[in-house]
Amino acid sequence: MDTLTLASVWVDSPSKLILGALTGLAFGFILQRGSVTRFNTIVDQLRLKDFTVLKVMLTAIIVGGIGIYTMRAVGMDVPLHIKGTKVLGIVLGGGIFGIGMAILGYCPGTVVAAVGDGSRHAWFGILGMFVGAIAYTQTYPMLKAPILSKADLGKITIASELGVNPLLVFIPLTIGAIIFFVILEKRARSSAT
Amino acid sequence: MKHTHWSPYLAGALLGALSWITFATMHKALGVSTTPVRIVAGVERAVAPDAAADNAYVTKYAGTVDEPKPIIEWQFALVAMLAPGALIGAKFFGNEQRDPEYVPDLWAKRFGPSRSVRYAGAFLGGAILLYGARMAGGCTSGHGLSGGMQLSISGWIFMAAFFAAGAPAAILLYGTSNTQSQPEPQKGAH
Repeated sequence: MDTLTLASVWVDSPSKLILGALTGLAFGFILQRGSVTRFNTIVDQLRLKDFTVLKVMLTAIIVGGIGIYTMRAVGMDVPLHIKGTKVLGIVLGGGIFGIGMAILGYCPGTVVAAVGDGSRHAWFGILGMFVGAIAYTQTYPMLKAPILSKADLGKITIASELGVNPLLVFIPLTIGAIIFFVILEKRARSSAT
Repeated sequence: MKHTHWSPYLAGALLGALSWITFATMHKALGVSTTPVRIVAGVERAVAPDAAADNAYVTKYAGTVDEPKPIIEWQFALVAMLAPGALIGAKFFGNEQRDPEYVPDLWAKRFGPSRSVRYAGAFLGGAILLYGARMAGGCTSGHGLSGGMQLSISGWIFMAAFFAAGAPAAILLYGTSNTQSQPEPQKGAH
């Protein structure tokens, strides 16, 4: 096999790699600055002691979603990436994921970023993820019929099911999030004094 | 000494803006958990091509020997640069610099200060985490952030499911006490 073929078997085009690398650099940087690369931040979110993770995620969802759907509304070429809705797989997989997250104290992105923020034990979480990946690829044929093929609702969104413009969905979502954030901040201030 | 992490709202808004850029200019959504299975699939394609060709999950990500899909691609590069990005944030943009963390306080309080016990726990947690992510078809990035902002039903179901299981699991594992979760005092601060 000559080197050109070898490269195309393993490696995508340099431009895609550079764009991915820049995205990852920014992503890791923002996660660290937002303090979600910390074990305590993640575990305290799950224990409902600290709502940093939820604040980061909800804000990202609202800002990201309004931007993406606005760009589409004005005619820009911004394809969506909606995942299928295999309900049984998502509910069971999500539950397993939640238990793993409680034990590890990170999710897959934050555990990798945490290594850069001084978390030594995160390395073992990354090793574990490879074992999980091996276990999943080897057990996939067994899961496919009983779990993954059940209750597949296809690529649907809240907007497609309600039959409304997606931007409209962000109005109640944003108002709800702001009320929720105000309550959280008030509670944090009163417990701090 | 003031704690200089950003407001979570600023971090969230910037993650949203980062998604505008990836959606509009790269036609990609932020995601992480496919990369470990893509690497595993690539290795299987190389070392056991017949078994790999028989497994639909392996061929989905790695293709086959005759029609291979690249393993080192956009998301691989993204994942590889997460730690350097966080390192830049920790070293050059904050004064919250801390000692390397081997055993988190909350963990030590419940399971003791042993590094090997924590490493075994992290390893086990990572394996469970990724297995669940792949069964669900994504993680907090792909389903949570990217799915959530597109209003995908799959993303919102995922978030409800992981929280519904993760919250009681965390309370069971670490209890409900507040004391260990307070911000660590800064060295030399008064």
